[in-house]
Amino acid sequence: MVNDLAERARTLRKHVVHLAADSPGAHVGGSMSVVEILTTLYFDGVLRVDPADPDRPGRDRLIFSKGHSSAAYYAALAEAGFFPVSELDTYKKTGSRLAGHPHTGVPGVELATGSLGHGLPVGVGLAMAAQADALPSRVFVIVGDGECQEGSVWEAAMAAAHYRLDNLVVIVDRNGIQEDGPTEEIMALEPFADKWRAFGWATVEVDGHDVGELSNVLHELPLTWSRPTAIIAKTVKGKGLSFSENTNAWHYGHLSADLKEQALQELGGAR
Amino acid sequence: MTALADLREGLRFDPATTTAFEACRMAQLDLALQDDRVVSVEADLGDCWGLKFRESLPDRFLDFGIAEASAVGAAAGLAMGGKRPFLNTFGTFALMRAAEQVRLDICYHRAPVVIAGMFTGIAAGFSGPTHHAIEDVAVARALPNLTVISPADAVQAYDATCAAFAHNAPVYLRLGVEPGPQVYDAHEPFEIGRGRVLRHGDRLTVVTCGVTIVPEVLKAAERLGDVEVIDMPTIKPIDRDLLVRSASRTGRVVSVEEHSTIGGLGSAVAEVLAEHAPVPLRRIGLPDAYVKEIGDYAEQLRAFELDAAGVERQVRAWVS
Repeated sequence: MVNDLAERARTLRKHVVHLAADSPGAHVGGSMSVVEILTTLYFDGVLRVDPADPDRPGRDRLIFSKGHSSAAYYAALAEAGFFPVSELDTYKKTGSRLAGHPHTGVPGVELATGSLGHGLPVGVGLAMAAQADALPSRVFVIVGDGECQEGSVWEAAMAAAHYRLDNLVVIVDRNGIQEDGPTEEIMALEPFADKWRAFGWATVEVDGHDVGELSNVLHELPLTWSRPTAIIAKTVKGKGLSFSENTNAWHYGHLSADLKEQALQELGGAR
Repeated sequence: MTALADLREGLRFDPATTTAFEACRMAQLDLALQDDRVVSVEADLGDCWGLKFRESLPDRFLDFGIAEASAVGAAAGLAMGGKRPFLNTFGTFALMRAAEQVRLDICYHRAPVVIAGMFTGIAAGFSGPTHHAIEDVAVARALPNLTVISPADAVQAYDATCAAFAHNAPVYLRLGVEPGPQVYDAHEPFEIGRGRVLRHGDRLTVVTCGVTIVPEVLKAAERLGDVEVIDMPTIKPIDRDLLVRSASRTGRVVSVEEHSTIGGLGSAVAEVLAEHAPVPLRRIGLPDAYVKEIGDYAEQLRAFELDAAGVERQVRAWVS
């Protein structure tokens, strides 16, 4: 199963390469770092969603709050069956519904995101509604680490603990690098996990590229009854490509034909 | 329960004590008692007429503390999850402090949230400029999918709240804070997008909206004589047909509002007239400036010539 998931992850990365090469550009760094998180949620039986009926009442909700990493998100949605994989070729092309930042016109997208700091407050509301109606549905919010500099994230973090939303899970893609440089140089977040704990969240730190570790945690929710869960997934920005790892140079960019070729070779061949 | 009982019998609110916001709160509670999807989303201003709701339905009185971004975002999330939230806070905080949450989380997603804004205009009086909302309508009007309603009194505020709920889409209610003279003496189904001719006249059309202002304009119209007065509670979508019909007949229009003359009712009227019935227009409202002088609300209205005498004076100066 872990090998299958690793293969899925490789497939998503290849899609990201295609999207970054065959469009004006993509947020490569944050897309590559979030791949295993998306892989585990969609392909390891975590998310209770139905691609054939994306609006089914009582479903789990995934809010992809770091909307700029849409390339990886669309790849996951397409591979999960929410829309045809071939549609990925329309990414950021005129007339396509696959905009640089996701919106609710795309099947499987629960919230239009891209303006950072919006996902968690909305996730809190969704979790409260499910809790009030005693629905089994859970709310997962994927946020970037730089995004956690937004005050709205911490307003919502307070509310989630206050209302004991143990059906709410935040997964932070802790790749350590934002657009202008390392998070700790731009606006330090550490001690980051301690902040979530101090806000009342059951908090765990995992290797965000280890699908086995992610899977173990995501199948054991909630970590603590009557507390929301924060999973700090330690990741590598631009993971999987020699030239994009651990640099903000590929926070956003367009892959040339040569780099596309190199990237696909590093990922084990064409998709 | 006296006020609620009165209401159901179609009796008047006591205009000396009942604010539009209080009437809106009463409507929210009435709706909540009929429909268990209704929740009240608060940002630590629940004690402004919200206590009855909290006592009656504590589990549906959801306070987010002093955290508007979270409150607005969560209201949108609650709506997406099947609830029907009323968001109660000061107009300036909902529409400006959390403007982008209103824009993206509520308006873009057409999340059926009713934003009930109190302390709008300069009704905050002594509270000072941080509590005045003189630009809220300009912000609200620019947001796609958002209906903007400014009721004239407590009775209309109650009816508009019910209509906003039935609308099942984003609505901003602009509710002032002071009790004002009653304009409507009976409840009626509030129709979004429809203005009301309160007084017929042939020489001039006055378009207005809002608590305190509409009754002041009616008083001014009595002194001015042959003047038509239109109550235009729905600022967006504005009742274009009514406005064009009246303007075409009278040939002159004045707008009166407790809002900056930039972006509010006057601007909405100007947009319609310029394209559909180009007649001379005079916009009466607050100047393009922050109100730094504190004071009693009535005194402030006098200072800005938004009381009956001031409106009369401004209209006479313009038409003479």
